[in-house]
Amino acid sequence: MGNLIFKFFNLQIRDMKLTLKIWRQDNATTKGKMVDYPIDGIEGDMSFLEMLDVLNEELVVKGEEPVEFDHDCREGICGSCSLQINGEPHGPDRLVTTCQLHMRSFNDGDTITIEPFRANAFPVVKDLIIDRSSFDRIQQAGGYVSVNTSGNTIDANATPVNKEDADDSFNAATCIGCGACVAACKNASAMLFTSAKVSQYALLPQGKIEATERVQAMVRQMDEEGFGNCSNTGACELECPKGISLENIARMNREYMSATTEG
Amino acid sequence: MSVLDSKIPEGPLADKWTKHKNDINLVNPANKRNIDIIMVGTGLAGGSAAATLAELGYNVKTFCYQDSPRRAHSIAAQGGINAAKNYQGDGDSNYRLFYDTVKGGDYRSREGNVYRLAEVSGNIIDQCVAQGVPFAREYGGLLDNRSFGGVLVSRTFYAKGQTGQQLLLGAYSAMNRQINRGKIQSFNRHEMMDLVLVDGKARGIIARDMVTGEIERHSAHAVVLASGGYGNVFFLSTNAMGSNVMAAWRAHRRGAYFANPCYTQIHPTCIPVSGDHQSKLTLMSESLRNDGRIWVPKNKEDVLAIREGKKKPTDLSEDERDYYLERRYPAFGNLVPRDVASRAAKERCDAGFGVNKTGEAVYLDFKSAIERYGKEAAFKHGHKNPSDEEVTKLGKEIIESKYGNLFQMYQKIVDQNPYETPMMIYPAVHYTMGGLWVDYNLQTTIPGCYATGEANFSDHGANRLGASALMQGLADGYFVLPYTIGDYLSKDIRTGKIPTDSTEFDAAEKDVKDRIDRLMKASGKHSVDHYHKLLGKIMWNKCGMARNATDLQSALDEIKALREDFWANVKVTGKEDTKNAELEKAGRVADFLELGELFAKDALHRNESCGGHFREEYQTEEGEALRDDEHFKYVAAWEYTGNPRDAKLHKEDLTFNNIELKTRSYK
Repeated sequence: MGNLIFKFFNLQIRDMKLTLKIWRQDNATTKGKMVDYPIDGIEGDMSFLEMLDVLNEELVVKGEEPVEFDHDCREGICGSCSLQINGEPHGPDRLVTTCQLHMRSFNDGDTITIEPFRANAFPVVKDLIIDRSSFDRIQQAGGYVSVNTSGNTIDANATPVNKEDADDSFNAATCIGCGACVAACKNASAMLFTSAKVSQYALLPQGKIEATERVQAMVRQMDEEGFGNCSNTGACELECPKGISLENIARMNREYMSATTEG
Repeated sequence: MSVLDSKIPEGPLADKWTKHKNDINLVNPANKRNIDIIMVGTGLAGGSAAATLAELGYNVKTFCYQDSPRRAHSIAAQGGINAAKNYQGDGDSNYRLFYDTVKGGDYRSREGNVYRLAEVSGNIIDQCVAQGVPFAREYGGLLDNRSFGGVLVSRTFYAKGQTGQQLLLGAYSAMNRQINRGKIQSFNRHEMMDLVLVDGKARGIIARDMVTGEIERHSAHAVVLASGGYGNVFFLSTNAMGSNVMAAWRAHRRGAYFANPCYTQIHPTCIPVSGDHQSKLTLMSESLRNDGRIWVPKNKEDVLAIREGKKKPTDLSEDERDYYLERRYPAFGNLVPRDVASRAAKERCDAGFGVNKTGEAVYLDFKSAIERYGKEAAFKHGHKNPSDEEVTKLGKEIIESKYGNLFQMYQKIVDQNPYETPMMIYPAVHYTMGGLWVDYNLQTTIPGCYATGEANFSDHGANRLGASALMQGLADGYFVLPYTIGDYLSKDIRTGKIPTDSTEFDAAEKDVKDRIDRLMKASGKHSVDHYHKLLGKIMWNKCGMARNATDLQSALDEIKALREDFWANVKVTGKEDTKNAELEKAGRVADFLELGELFAKDALHRNESCGGHFREEYQTEEGEALRDDEHFKYVAAWEYTGNPRDAKLHKEDLTFNNIELKTRSYK
């Protein structure tokens, strides 16, 4: 509510005092715990990660180890940032990554819980950093079209593609591989992630040729990595910062069914 | 001073690349299996090259500091990729793309390289479509194009505002295919700490496993650096937080010349700095200048009233606004090239007309476009006398369909609705045209060490055109390097595996460990970011959009003093044998503190203005860049001699046989 009043008068939110409860863990083999950090002087215009920068600068000056978290582009496209904020992947705002979340989404006096994305297939590396190489391995199992890259192919306009299919393929391909879908799912399922890649290719003539092998190989790898079954709750779509649609899961199920029947 | 040989093949411009490919040596498939290549960086240039080299049969090891190759900063490129396909039938050709690029670079790039870039550009699009990259299409099913700055044709292919993402994921998927075949070993969360030379040739690297802190030795027959640009020397830039110059700088210290370090692109349309906490800057695509009009208030009283919140920009009438680009450049208006638009914004803000609390912002206004599109749409719907509300509603819909994702991004960051009130923008560091000097084969001055993409200097001269960075990265990676590196490796087929237990590897590893040790043991007064921010301020204020000899001279001294202070007083927390973000940053900032000094030296020596390099002493009466072709028509390649300011200059004269040297004018 507090922020609504600020917004109504078009004021900058300044000097917020917050309590951060942050997951600290030395490495993959040690136990972690939540640690409280009071912080003040936070402005509404700061991004969530800039707020953590402020905390880390204070910790470094005190000689303490700063909180480690993954981040890189800080504009919502690289998919590095992966914080579970107050129980939600990427926090309370919709269609944003953690780096695009701003402190004006919080109120003076708030307590904010910050944890890594939780899943057996995403072991913690340190503090808020997780290992998402399981996602890479799913892609390596078949997330590509098997053409060589020497350029000796047909002209780009030799095969027209229906615009709607091309747009749907693009929308599926905008997945940034952050893992919010897995973190949002009570079963830690990777169906949304995997189905987005399967869909991108299934919708294009270039990808159809290997569609059967691809969906089988990627689903097999997904299961081997220890991701859970789809919970059908749609939490993944809701929390996805890029709005990847559940339709992709339905499409992958169809592809998988027909691959299994064929096989 | 020596004169560098660029090894441009003889013969007519259009035949050089074909002739060269026919002349160079090849490695037979059986021998490729015995040859190892190290690739540092997995963005467009590195990812595409790694995939193609592995496809050809070489054993490739890739290294990236991110947790996955898919996160390299190429992913953030928005607008598109140029290619001379001439699908629109609007008169495009390889020559025209070549011409636009050389002219856009203010005649400071190499003809032979740029023509080759244009020549292979069409093939990039074929290749990417075959790989399943979902480019934007028209209703007929064919590929769509859009226009970009500085050209008269529509040659830009795109995937909404995420072209870089789609192209990078294409290269990443090609890499994945080779990883699955066992031909690429991918080392993620690894940072190259040094280049190892054996008998004068690049034979490997020392890398740090960023999770365990382990220092590792990796050998190969050739090392390719595809590690991106160095815009983060300014601290604030549109680069990713981790983008750094370490790989290129370590190679420079080992003997690779660094070319034109002062050529930096300051992009005119970025979201302005909002406070001291700012960690990075966000670009708003160049495409917005097609429909947005740039202005500041005419009167200082209005400027102050706006800053104090007493007036809104929408309160100002047309005659109270100064559309300064339209005023100064009636022919090109808001679509002047990036360097010109950036300097004009700085000029207005320096004169006190900046519209935000820091005084460093101008307006980018879509009101006229919303009205124009709204009227057109109403007319098409058969409403000949539409109400103002209807016009605005329809106009906003059109703007949303064109730029919706950018408007959303702006609103999230600034918390203002750009459909209702003009955007605030200001120039920011975006891309570095300078980089490691390479010859036509993309080889640096160290035999066996290659540089591709933004890490090299070769194709964009003193200013890069929009949508050309993606083109260059993929051209180098898919189509150029895989050929040229074979010529070098053909002499290595009998060499056998390069051992890592040699004295050269011992010495390089010791250097790396000593350096880490020094950082960990410094006295510990200030954080790494403290130094990085101070360096950024010096760079921005004295080596930024406008430079002069006095400031550059003082920048040289200030950077040196800051570097000495850094090594004595930096505080690196944690331990060296664990994941340690502070240590990672410290190593990178240490190199920026050396590069910054060479940057200033290069800018000071170049007594002319060209492209992104604007020296205040060298301008026309109207304040435009004044080139000096008689004295500076060369590439400045610097040799490391132990101290950045003592770097030794080597020149590569640029010859223009196919294009006439002219002064750019946009009036």
